[in-house]
Amino acid sequence: MKLLSTKATCNSHGQDSSYFLGWQEYEKNPYDEVMNPEGIIQMGLAENQLSFDLIESWLDKNPDVPGFKSNGKSIFRELALFQDYHGLPSFKKELVDFMAEIRGNKVTFDPNHIVLTAGSTPANETLMFCLAEKGEAFLLPTPYYPGFDRDLKWRTGVEIVPIQCTSSNNFQITEPALQQAYQDAKKRNLRVKGVLVTNPSNPLGTTMSRSELNLLIDFIKDKNMHLISDEIYSGTVYSSPGFVSVMEILKERNDLKDCDVPVGDRVHVVYSLSKDLGLPGFRVGAIYSENEVVVGAATKMSSFGLVSSQTQYLLSAMLGDKKFTKNYISENQKRLKRRQRMLVSGLQKAGISCLKTNNAGLFCWVDMSHLLHSNTFEAEMDLWKKILYEVRLNISPGASCHCTEPGWFRMCFANMSEDTLNLAMKRLKAFVAAESNDNACSKRTSRRKSLSNWVFRLSSRDHREQEER
Amino acid sequence: MNMLSRKTSQDSHGQDSSYFLGWQEYEKNRYHPIQNPMGIIQMGLAENQLSFDLLKSWLRRNPDIVGLKKNGVSIFKELALFQDYHGLPALKNELVEFMEKIRGNEMKFAPEKLVLTAGATPANEILMFCLADPGEAFILPTPYYPGFDRDLKWRTGVEIVPMHCSSSNGFRITSSALERAYKQAQKMNLNVKGVLVTNPSNPLGVTMTKTELNYLVNFAIDKNIHIISDEIYSGTVFAPPKFVSIMEVVNERISDNNIWNRIHIVYSLSKDLGIPGFRVGMIYSNNEKVVSAATKMSSFGLVSSQTQYLVANLLMDKKFTFKYMEETQRRLKRRKEMLVSGLRNAGILCLKSNAGLFCWVDMRHLLSSATFEAEKELWIKILCHAGLNISPGSSCHCCEPGWFRVCFANMSEDTLKIAMERMKTFTDSTNSAVKGSNNSY
Repeated sequence: MKLLSTKATCNSHGQDSSYFLGWQEYEKNPYDEVMNPEGIIQMGLAENQLSFDLIESWLDKNPDVPGFKSNGKSIFRELALFQDYHGLPSFKKELVDFMAEIRGNKVTFDPNHIVLTAGSTPANETLMFCLAEKGEAFLLPTPYYPGFDRDLKWRTGVEIVPIQCTSSNNFQITEPALQQAYQDAKKRNLRVKGVLVTNPSNPLGTTMSRSELNLLIDFIKDKNMHLISDEIYSGTVYSSPGFVSVMEILKERNDLKDCDVPVGDRVHVVYSLSKDLGLPGFRVGAIYSENEVVVGAATKMSSFGLVSSQTQYLLSAMLGDKKFTKNYISENQKRLKRRQRMLVSGLQKAGISCLKTNNAGLFCWVDMSHLLHSNTFEAEMDLWKKILYEVRLNISPGASCHCTEPGWFRMCFANMSEDTLNLAMKRLKAFVAAESNDNACSKRTSRRKSLSNWVFRLSSRDHREQEER
Repeated sequence: MNMLSRKTSQDSHGQDSSYFLGWQEYEKNRYHPIQNPMGIIQMGLAENQLSFDLLKSWLRRNPDIVGLKKNGVSIFKELALFQDYHGLPALKNELVEFMEKIRGNEMKFAPEKLVLTAGATPANEILMFCLADPGEAFILPTPYYPGFDRDLKWRTGVEIVPMHCSSSNGFRITSSALERAYKQAQKMNLNVKGVLVTNPSNPLGVTMTKTELNYLVNFAIDKNIHIISDEIYSGTVFAPPKFVSIMEVVNERISDNNIWNRIHIVYSLSKDLGIPGFRVGMIYSNNEKVVSAATKMSSFGLVSSQTQYLVANLLMDKKFTFKYMEETQRRLKRRKEMLVSGLRNAGILCLKSNAGLFCWVDMRHLLSSATFEAEKELWIKILCHAGLNISPGSSCHCCEPGWFRVCFANMSEDTLKIAMERMKTFTDSTNSAVKGSNNSY
């Protein structure tokens, strides 16, 4: 008899992908300015390390809070005993206010409709458990966060069917792509329960447009399904167009009540403080839904991953300081914008361009297709390995994000110092220069071809060039 | 089409049992010595509130730790970024030493076999996901913690096959009861993957004997199945016999079979340290594949790094933890004795216990008939007339009506005294005499 479960022995945790392998190589040889200057620079980790000073200074000014005190009185006992899965009321209130603030107060959230979870990882899994049976499916636009393969599918038995997006329109979701995905699911005999999008997108680093959002609402309304909007990067939007949440669209439309289950009951938002506040270690995530049955079930399921009351209390005080949050949100965005500019210009110097619509997130979606020896994923993997082992940069290959076009990579810019970023750019430039010299030794025609692509890329940001390759 | 999954439907989470309903009534009408002296006293919550003074004084002596400083330097950034599912090494090192200490240093634990989880609740669920496929089963001795119905079954699809224990032998596990449960599972076409026990037992409040543990190990070897030992109350043993962990018994066996590969311990700091809000739980397993899969699954419920740092430092202070455990056990013993004598005074006897935060109380003589309906009636009477929320045995799947779990460590001494007075008034008014019975004092 089988000793362990299928889940324990299969590979569906998805952790053999390069996303995790690159991480392992980095762990073996991590860059350190002093101790290991030749080491691998980690550019595969979407962390926000730019604004800790702001939080540390708040902590210095408020030492009572982490010390379990409230108005000078110890509340250690109350917190130590607080395991109510409804969450600390003061924290929920401050969290929904923070979420509203990020959305320019164009939408408000009801604290009774929020469910706290130990990070957005369990939030997403919990929604799968609530909305789908084993063997049912969710549609996800590609490219998507590699972790979803584990988080959404592993223990739930739910399937992911990709909505293929392409560079021809900056990877935006289109109606034909949605319909195609729906048909693909049908062909695989999968019942589709909904669509899950990340907005702003990981790995694209772009906000979804109003038309995409409306398209999605139309689609789920028509097909009577759910929409999950993972808005974990909503606070990292640093340039125009600004962030538009799906909740804003719901508010604007007046055609959403005339169906069996109102559309408002089928839209669920996932959030976390891991990216906006840079606190992934504290495990603070949330599900927001107007659907009371979902909130009820998800609340009970949150027992499997509650937020430490110690952490809930700390953050309720921090987010309750409105002066702090206002300053943090704007300063953080400023710093992200500056860093992104650094990465983009550094890449440009190496003859590499990024998705031009990049305006959010902690990374750029980078086009290295001109560096591939062939327009294949094998070539992409070869390039990735070269960049990992020779250039010593760990970046995320598009294949790990299920991108349909080889040659795209996600490069993070907010998890290192400016100096390290500059070094990374120097290394990359040197690599590309060396590569083009190598190419010069091969056939003349191919060299001319790669040069002309390169030149073309530097002179024009028009992505119709993709079709000409 | 079904808009939501079957899991969202009313019954599947098992939370409509009286265990939760009593809690709701209490929430509406909480006892307070001054503001609501007629309110309901909560005796259904197994919390350890006896030693917060010791923890608070430790915190006062160590302000740097809560301030996220190490040797005067802020380590906020490192902690804020620390989301490695292998857990904070310092914490795991301290936890294995702490677990060893609780087991009288009779064995050694290795930190790399430990998986941290946000409480014992996800630890138990993760083990189900790792050891059993949907539709397979685990045997659990009754009575058992009502939360298991949700934690082990809800999202995993695993079934629980109860192994009924009776008061005739103090609810001890016997090899015939194990075999009976196994046959029962076979009749129901259920593939049994293991046995899950809570040791010390919730709700019985007793440590398992070596004999029982050996029956368990024999059974698991014979059937080639797993043993999960939830040892969440291991630090609350306040009287002899001393706590014997499943690990101790297995270590004593000459292992020419792979039983050690099928032993898994669940632990948590919620009961021993009284910090359920901080969500610190863990799985300890000798099985590499289980540790590996469980580690990845812990992503769905990691312990906050802020909390990991606090607890690691707390446990590092050996002088403190030693004194804390000793003192807490002394206070638990005292409280239990208060409860037992208070109940005796009301003509009610308890199962002789040496651990946990509660007693297993025999109120069979107060039932109008030896039925679960009568037990429910009695429970409601005690809730409404005596104003005490206690847990009826049926919510713990006890096969004999009339047993209740009554907690003693989640209130002040004064409140416990009042609860005992109310109990006496209640039994006096129902006019029942004490009947002698075998296993109580």
